[in-house]
Amino acid sequence: MTTQLSTPNPAKDRDRPDAVRPSKPPRSRARLLILPTIVLLVLALGYPVGWQLVTSFQEFGLKQQFGQAPEFVGFANYVELLSDANFWVVLGRSLLFCLLAASFTVLLGFLLALLMKRVHKSVRLILQIALLLAWAMPVVASMTVWVWLVDWRRGLLNWVLVKLGVDAQGHNWLADPVTFFITALVIVVWASVPFVALSIFAGLTQISEEMLEAAAMDGATGWQRTRHIILPVIAPVLSIVMLLQLIWDLRVFTQIKLLQDAGGVANETHLLGTYIYQAGVGSGSFGIASAVSILMLLITVGISWYYVRSLMKEEH
Amino acid sequence: MRTKITTYISGAIALAAALIWAFPVYWMLNSSLLPNTTLQSTTPQFLPVGGSFDNFAAVLSDGAFVQALGVSLAVTLATVGICLIVAFLGALAISRFRFRGRKSFILALLLIQMLPAEGMFIAQYKMMSSVNMLNSVLGLTVLYAAAVVPFTIWMLRGFVAGVPVELEEAAMVDGLSRTKAFLRITFPLLAPGLVASGVYAFLQAWNEFTVALVVMTEDQAKTLPLWLRSFIQASATRETDWGMVMAASTLVAVPVIIFFLLVQSRMSSGLVGGAVKG
Repeated sequence: MTTQLSTPNPAKDRDRPDAVRPSKPPRSRARLLILPTIVLLVLALGYPVGWQLVTSFQEFGLKQQFGQAPEFVGFANYVELLSDANFWVVLGRSLLFCLLAASFTVLLGFLLALLMKRVHKSVRLILQIALLLAWAMPVVASMTVWVWLVDWRRGLLNWVLVKLGVDAQGHNWLADPVTFFITALVIVVWASVPFVALSIFAGLTQISEEMLEAAAMDGATGWQRTRHIILPVIAPVLSIVMLLQLIWDLRVFTQIKLLQDAGGVANETHLLGTYIYQAGVGSGSFGIASAVSILMLLITVGISWYYVRSLMKEEH
Repeated sequence: MRTKITTYISGAIALAAALIWAFPVYWMLNSSLLPNTTLQSTTPQFLPVGGSFDNFAAVLSDGAFVQALGVSLAVTLATVGICLIVAFLGALAISRFRFRGRKSFILALLLIQMLPAEGMFIAQYKMMSSVNMLNSVLGLTVLYAAAVVPFTIWMLRGFVAGVPVELEEAAMVDGLSRTKAFLRITFPLLAPGLVASGVYAFLQAWNEFTVALVVMTEDQAKTLPLWLRSFIQASATRETDWGMVMAASTLVAVPVIIFFLLVQSRMSSGLVGGAVKG
């Protein structure tokens, strides 16, 4: 449907008499060009978000699944959510997980980037290839490997721990919420560090060697050089990757869902994404699920705003 | 002297980090080559000595894999096609024309691109089920294309802006029609951008799990990531043939890794914007 909508444009261009004067393009043509995008976005995203907004103000549970008309209940869903202790636990857990994952990712990425700057070219290349491999892995494929690594029967992790003298024989790390989230944190950080490290490294390459050498000759210590020369130059990259990580780690879903599948206790390990999935597809409480979704979208737009504005600055 | 020692230490740490990040990928390849009897033994085997491609043969002859591969390929290719056409027109609009609402359009694209699928998938599920499009390749494709188009426009706009309008105009002065000038002059110059965007769309659609999980509910409509998930689910309750699962994961991952290495630098520069001048 979208393809049919978009094909007429070149044909129209060809037939227009003014088409040979590209320096004065008619505005309507630009509108025609963005029409397919708008139709697609309204259809696949706009309509669902609108439905969600309406439904979040409705009683929409199992009865409505079987045909009863939904009833408007004002802010009742939101009130129910905000007075539900369990929701606050999930929200707090999501925010904590997001903060921890983003901070570890940016810290490790920063350290690896500094390391890449110091080491010999060949070592740097090996590290870059390793990071790219990890980054390229499709998330579900990497999750099968991680589940196999931490498998309680034959996983490599427990074998190594036993060799190190830890009593881990047959221990299931996913069964306890705390070790479940430590495992998830390791996996998420492992997968996110490559993007951050390589982006920061690209920023570091803008710092001239001469400047660092001059500073060293003037007696600046390693920490002073990092603090006064390196950090100011890469501050923009650092803040952008931090923002992106916060946004991405707040929505983490696949890793949590698959670790739950592999044996985690679902009820004690929900983050926002899996909580919405459970409420909506799992229990059919679409009113509540919509309210959480709307809250999640609001939080994301709030955090994204600064990022989007900074991207817009280069687009005059 | 001191700098030499620190260089060696840095080198050693860097190599250790490389090992950590590459290890899961290596472990996947290693396990995919080993027979299940070896994988189930109490001591792990770190090299694929005595390995074979039997696991791969087993995956390829599995009907469920072939079916999932078909669904994944159909959805992915359709997404790439739709996304390229729609995004190309959009990129043309924002980089060649100054129109009212242009800035808001770009702002909206960038914001939409940040929206989490998890914040919308319940509604998308209800929408698809109300028009009987659950388990439909077309339905999933529309959702994927919409998710990918905003960033693709953002990525492509730089390429379109990089082709000077004067080139096209000069060709038209030389007697080519606008269409011909576009096809002969502009299009070849845009090809790298279109390839990069196409690969980006391919990666997103091929790897996507969340939306597929919600809309593709029946077994015969499963995409490859959903099919892989069934092994993870099975591992919770019974012994799993990890050799076969790792072979399957390798088959899913290898095209992705190759394509990814092709477009990685362009994707990163789109994401971090002007913060890094390449």
